[in-house]
Amino acid sequence: MKYTPNPAAIVEEMLHSIGLNTMEDLFTDIPAQIQLKEGLKLPAGIGEMEIRQQFQDLAGKNKNTQDYPCFLGAGAYDHYIPAALEQLLLRSEFYSAYTPYQPEISQGILQSIFEYQTMICMLTGMDVANASMYDGGSALAEACNLAAINSKRKKILLPDTIHPEYQKILKTYSISQAMEIILVPAKDGNADIEALSGMIDKETAAVVIQQPNFFGNLEEISEIEQAIHKNKGFLIMAVDPVSLAVLKSPGEWGADIVVGDGQSLGNSLSFGGPYLGFFATSGKFMRKLPGRVVGQTLDTHGKRAFVLTLQAREQHIRREKASSNICSNQALNALTASIYLSLLGPKGLQAVAARSHQMAVYARGELEKAGLKLKYSRPYFREFAVLMDNPAAMNKRLLENGIIGGYELEDAMLLAFTEKRKRAEIDRLVAVLGGKTDV
Amino acid sequence: MKIPKNLLYTREHEWIRVEEDKGYMGITDFAQDHLGDIVFVEIPELDSETGAGEAIAVIESVKAVSSVYSPVSGTILEVNEELEESPELLNEEPYENYIAVVSIDNAEELKQLMPADEYESFCKEQD
Amino acid sequence: MFKLIFEKNVKGSNSFTLPPCEVPEVELKQEIPGDLLRDSDLPLPELSEVEAVRHYTALSHRAYGVDDGLYPLGSCTMKYSPKINEWAARLPGFTAIHPYQAEESVQGALELLYNMEEMLCEIAGMDAFTLQPAAGAHGEMTGVMMIKAFHQHRGDHKRKKMMVPDSAHGTNPATANVVGYDVVEVKSNERGLVDIDDLRLKMNDEIAGLMLTNPNTLGLFEEEIEEIAKIVHDGGGLLYYDGANLNGIMGVARPGDMGFDVVHFNLHKTFSTPHGGGGPGSGPVGVKAILADFLPVPLVEKNGDKYSFQYERPLSIGKVKNFYGNFGVIVKAYAYIKAVGAQGIREACQHAVLNANYLRHHLSQYYHVPFNKICKHEFIANSKEQMEAHHVSTLDIAKRMMDYGYHPPTVYFPLIVKEAMMIEPTETESRERLDEFIQAMAEIARESAKEPELVLNAPHSTVVHRLDEVTAARKPVVKWEDSRE
Repeated sequence: MKYTPNPAAIVEEMLHSIGLNTMEDLFTDIPAQIQLKEGLKLPAGIGEMEIRQQFQDLAGKNKNTQDYPCFLGAGAYDHYIPAALEQLLLRSEFYSAYTPYQPEISQGILQSIFEYQTMICMLTGMDVANASMYDGGSALAEACNLAAINSKRKKILLPDTIHPEYQKILKTYSISQAMEIILVPAKDGNADIEALSGMIDKETAAVVIQQPNFFGNLEEISEIEQAIHKNKGFLIMAVDPVSLAVLKSPGEWGADIVVGDGQSLGNSLSFGGPYLGFFATSGKFMRKLPGRVVGQTLDTHGKRAFVLTLQAREQHIRREKASSNICSNQALNALTASIYLSLLGPKGLQAVAARSHQMAVYARGELEKAGLKLKYSRPYFREFAVLMDNPAAMNKRLLENGIIGGYELEDAMLLAFTEKRKRAEIDRLVAVLGGKTDV
Repeated sequence: MKIPKNLLYTREHEWIRVEEDKGYMGITDFAQDHLGDIVFVEIPELDSETGAGEAIAVIESVKAVSSVYSPVSGTILEVNEELEESPELLNEEPYENYIAVVSIDNAEELKQLMPADEYESFCKEQD
Repeated sequence: MFKLIFEKNVKGSNSFTLPPCEVPEVELKQEIPGDLLRDSDLPLPELSEVEAVRHYTALSHRAYGVDDGLYPLGSCTMKYSPKINEWAARLPGFTAIHPYQAEESVQGALELLYNMEEMLCEIAGMDAFTLQPAAGAHGEMTGVMMIKAFHQHRGDHKRKKMMVPDSAHGTNPATANVVGYDVVEVKSNERGLVDIDDLRLKMNDEIAGLMLTNPNTLGLFEEEIEEIAKIVHDGGGLLYYDGANLNGIMGVARPGDMGFDVVHFNLHKTFSTPHGGGGPGSGPVGVKAILADFLPVPLVEKNGDKYSFQYERPLSIGKVKNFYGNFGVIVKAYAYIKAVGAQGIREACQHAVLNANYLRHHLSQYYHVPFNKICKHEFIANSKEQMEAHHVSTLDIAKRMMDYGYHPPTVYFPLIVKEAMMIEPTETESRERLDEFIQAMAEIARESAKEPELVLNAPHSTVVHRLDEVTAARKPVVKWEDSRE
């Protein structure tokens, strides 16, 4: 396919109008020995009909969650995506626009980000939020970085109940040596609050709590919040946005920084990306927020308008003094989250959260009847671990029975439930896990 | 370009008014003019120690950021908290609104600074 | 007044419902301790579907995308996003797959990632690629982290500094700082290129490497790139390629052939994936063999006709992002490369460079072009003449362009040119479009001389006029508050 609109005759005219003869004349500034002598060793281009065929074939090689009920969670959830959302995202004014650096021509994008920032604050109970970051993991890394820089300390206490990928990302980011990650083993599937509190000292910049944690279990937060604040450190919470419809907000817990992944707010699973990192803090850190922030102002005629503000924090101005190098946001995914929340409304989101948990409660009851046991006996939200000897083998069997099973732990399987899971699907899951192979 | 005669100046466009063993410091008219509308001032940390030429504050305008350097070595004795609410004071009256008061631990350092007429020539070269 | 969505809140108007519950319903209070539950209302707005759809439709009318017209933003490569790519990325076989599914159930996705890695290696002249970083700056961070890991692994702890040209994009020094390096700036000479003597002076055993974009931010090709590479390598450092400007050379020359050790690409620039209003993008990073061990995990492996993830990489820097990268974006870039093919990659670059030089040549009649010679895919003009004669600045000209229906180019960057306008048309603009643009710019130049008020007070025809950005930064209001409270 060709996306260059000028045919050969016009190309020739254009070249002549600027005093040149061939396309090669435009590249005389590149030394001849560096220029490619032969074409790239890539296949020749193909037409649209062939693309359709090839991509349909390629996509067809994947078993997808529309055909196979999915009990995988572990940081990415199979929630219902409303039709109106899908249609609105087809509007090319949204997806083919650039970052709104010229506000007069970009009020639509800027306002949608302002609304997104507001909604994140509403969900998390925090004062300010930025225009989004790449994903939950990198947002957490930036949160830890902010805590380290502002407390002038290095230690970040991390319970082992944080998502294992988040742990890996934090370790990678700590190559800067601005922070030291200290992993604290979990206790029965929850953060070991006693151990954490005991480790807090004058070198502790922050403690991170994930709610619900990676295993789906709910953490008690008051004690650790008091301990870290007494020590003038930061409480960083990593949360699930759907759960915030029914769970106490991090703002109410007293968190200083809140991060998480907004994938479950209308963004498709998409094999891991693009997702949505949200980042919110209490008001006193507004000028320390990484990434873009949209603010409200007036134009010269007194009309309300929106603009990228507090830009002097950002990399293009601070350069080597910047505390974060992030240049973009996940604008389209943030827009997706806003539209999702607008279409569901508060009651709709509460219904989704409640139903997800109902299906989990039902599943637990049926699993226990079938002789299986949960690994932990803690309060959980919509996700829990079921003990089994060989989770990998069990997942193979589940797939043969048309089910995508849960996340494999060493001795258990982490199962997640959403409002999309039907009773019949759960019954079939239980039957296979319980040992019945002919379902 | 206002350049009061009773002050001393740095090459980074700060001014200092010496009162016995302490100095009131701020940014010059040249500095505020080049920065444009100042939107935020990260004021220095009270009681912190600084060396001559060390950054003690940060000034943000809409499209730029600039460090403010202490003219002398000493301890930050006072900071102008008014600047947190009203950063525009530095644009309006740069010499009336100090940023910090620094103890002058080494009076010799004052000899490194420029008197008004030298600073005036320095500014002319800059443009 | 154009309302915020919160100002359209009508209690009870939202009718989103789930199907009836098939299982016995248990009260949440019975399952979850009360002190963990929310007891306050969720203040999100309630709207009917029709009002929600109208709200966002109205917002889309107040946005401007590539499908609306020319978007000559330098260094952003706002090329047309083919619709077949949009279709491909929305196939359920790509959108409805969970990242943790068994590898045997996602062989199509793994095949796509594997092939993409190979194609990018070929385009870049590199030996291995990671598709994990989510954006250009994220890719820069990944690349610089690998450079740090490389030196650390060699036991060389002296190298605490990273060099960047003074013309570099802000992300370069910011990235270096974030990874823990001090930044050393290399001067540009009067021709707008890296000052070789300054580079030679500054290169020593405390320097980890040099970050460079080629063509540079002035749109000029660093003709002495081989000498630059030699100086850095002889000094024991590594050379990093910022791929933001790849559109100026792709298919004609490769960073791997110029001496670069590590590169990042911007799929949302050079490879046509849409910018989304600021994201999502994708910033894959390619390396020469010497750095391959440090790539983030996992990589995709092929054994026979089976694809799998490879995690056993003891020297890997770890992970920079959850899961594997922005897969949904990668699908679109993959479709683009397959569609245009080897020849199309080269032609895209040729047309991009032709269009830029065409604009440069014809616009130089009306605006000062500091480096008026063959450029690559973008060039710099500025408002020097308009400023000197009529006090009309680049900002004013940019605002007036909106009245003519154009998105302004990149302005006030790079910092080494005063009042800069960085103009990049890309290869997907026709001559007719370019001629119309030249006419509009000529008109604005005329207005600057004869009717400067029109330009100084622009824009006039947009939904809002110039904004008070000072108050927005002094007293920031970054969310809506219910004023009825």
